[in-house]
Amino acid sequence: MTDDSGHSGFHYSEQDVQREVTELEGKSATAARIFDLRRIIGGLFVLYGIIVTITGITDSQAEIDKAQGININLWTGIGMLLLGVFFVVWLWLRPTPPPVPPVEGEKEAA
Amino acid sequence: MLNYRVQNPTDAPVSPTHLATDLTTDLTRDLAAGLRLPTNGLDYTILAIYFVVVLGIGFAARRSVKTTLDFFLSGRSLPAWITGLAFISANLAATEILGMAANSAQYGAYTVHWYWIGAIPAMVFLGLVMMPFYYGSKVRSVPEMLLLRFDRAAHLLSAILFAFAAILIAGVNLYALAIVVEALLGWPQWVAIVVAGAFVLAYITLGGLSSAIYNEVLQFFVILAALIPLSVLGLKKVGGWDGLVDKLTATHGRNFTTAWGGTGIGSANPLGANWLTIVVGLGFVLSFGYWTTNFAEVQRALSAKNLSAAQRTPLIAAYPKIFIVFLVMIPGLVAAALVPGIGRPGSDLQYNDAIPYLMSQLLPNGVLGIAVTGLLAAFMAGMAANVSSFNTVFTTDIWAKYVVRGREDGYYVRFGRLITAIGVCASIGTAFLASSFSNIMSYLQTLFSFFNVPMFVVFIVGMFWKRASAKSGFWGLLAGTVTAMVNYFVLYKKGIIGIPTDQGANFVSAIAGFVAGAVVMVIVSLFTAPKPEAELAGLVYGTRSPGMAEAPAAGDDAWYRRPALLGWGAVILAALCYVPFSF
Repeated sequence: MTDDSGHSGFHYSEQDVQREVTELEGKSATAARIFDLRRIIGGLFVLYGIIVTITGITDSQAEIDKAQGININLWTGIGMLLLGVFFVVWLWLRPTPPPVPPVEGEKEAA
Repeated sequence: MLNYRVQNPTDAPVSPTHLATDLTTDLTRDLAAGLRLPTNGLDYTILAIYFVVVLGIGFAARRSVKTTLDFFLSGRSLPAWITGLAFISANLAATEILGMAANSAQYGAYTVHWYWIGAIPAMVFLGLVMMPFYYGSKVRSVPEMLLLRFDRAAHLLSAILFAFAAILIAGVNLYALAIVVEALLGWPQWVAIVVAGAFVLAYITLGGLSSAIYNEVLQFFVILAALIPLSVLGLKKVGGWDGLVDKLTATHGRNFTTAWGGTGIGSANPLGANWLTIVVGLGFVLSFGYWTTNFAEVQRALSAKNLSAAQRTPLIAAYPKIFIVFLVMIPGLVAAALVPGIGRPGSDLQYNDAIPYLMSQLLPNGVLGIAVTGLLAAFMAGMAANVSSFNTVFTTDIWAKYVVRGREDGYYVRFGRLITAIGVCASIGTAFLASSFSNIMSYLQTLFSFFNVPMFVVFIVGMFWKRASAKSGFWGLLAGTVTAMVNYFVLYKKGIIGIPTDQGANFVSAIAGFVAGAVVMVIVSLFTAPKPEAELAGLVYGTRSPGMAEAPAAGDDAWYRRPALLGWGAVILAALCYVPFSF
């Protein structure tokens, strides 16, 4: 966001934006440091899946009757568990790419 | 009971999307009784886990924030599946979920128009046609694009209006959350407002846009885990889809379960709109205005890691969007079938209560906790999307360009965090304001929904007509906004022209604003000097930005990643979805 003094601001051209943003992209830390979201989704849904599945296994007839005769906790729990496992497996098969050194021009290929 | 959406039984959501134009409240009603959910410790445990994870994401994302580009645009480095799901999630706020279910309970299958014609074409257009300009020119916000194509007047006007609208809508989201939480869980309104506001404040101040986006993706899956069981059980309860259609045909007539039945010009239908205003007003003007120029959406695509990923962001979002309509429409229709008098005078239940009602009737503890978590997450994500776009526009477009210019980058990161805090406090303020002036708030929101439309006309004319002069942007924006407002607040509200419903009036106002904006732009352009050709590279259709020559990243040439294929696939799929609802 360094605005060169050469530009009065009354004339702010596309080149200015390109230059500024390109410069910031060079210094940006997100690509190198951000954690992989798949780990969080996988972890949370495995945990939720286990909790809800166990609830389904231990549900009484009253709960099942409320849900139109379907053991909805069991099915939802299994579904969430599968989603969580999917993300964990995806992460395992395609691990987070190692951070690329922030060399200008290389970053785009990351 | 819950009455945050409608002012009277014939009203409906105004915008093509959640924009929350429709949240009003009648505080005289007793919100506490009736819908209270039988939550227990298990449900609260599930909710607590979610809140912990949300904060954890904020703290973990903090270390990735080094520059303003990291804080406001995630360093333009996120993969397409994340930005795509965040794109859909920013739209899938709780006001959208509850509002569209309400829409379905009131109007029936007409709801599909808000998705298949009122979203998909615009999302595909954004991805295929507009994204090369947005992403390729490296702008950081939608107003900044106007600065490059037009001038400072257009830039400042759009930035200020957007900043106001974002805070207002964030506040209304917060207020809607408070009354839903009060009704469902029994928490006092101020507790819900302050708790939700504090969480959003914490995770955006810490991690910036990355944490907003990550939480939106998480919310997407939690809300699916809530709505799918609810829809399945709802359908089971009414005897499947056939049983649902039979019941509704008997009580509401045949058109209730069709998309186009009764929309001939001149024939009456509850929506108060005909096929022409649906296609032009909703499908073209309102929807393109929202999806292609609303920065809260576009920002998600701008944070993608390269042009291909940016283009695919709205296209990846389009596929879930096609099917999400079933998850909000089915609960609405089921509620209408189970409680035929819903929303009518004499009924305890408002249209808005459709989903909470089914939750309380059908979900046992466990899934109920997931559903409550999903709703709260959706409210917070809706607010966070507005806050994270507000802080970007306020910092890059207003503060750094007009107030304190030329400071080092670190200063603007600190300022971004500060303005996030101020923005959240302001939305907490508007939330409390909404509770005492709900009608004014609803009018203000309608006003801002009109602002998207002139913004779109200015974009589209500026993008396809290189003769459009620098000055025409500001005047087109102003003329379009004023015309849409005059049409709505004077001609329609004062009864000078006869349109049966607010919804129909909105479609007409949008069309009027679009036409007026375009006409004024043409006239102003003819009398003022065009922008030099050299300054239009990459901003006008048929030209390219200097930096656009980047080679595709490895793997992006795979056939399933080709934007054209993804985009046209979504359009064809949406058109096919209409088939079973059209006869």
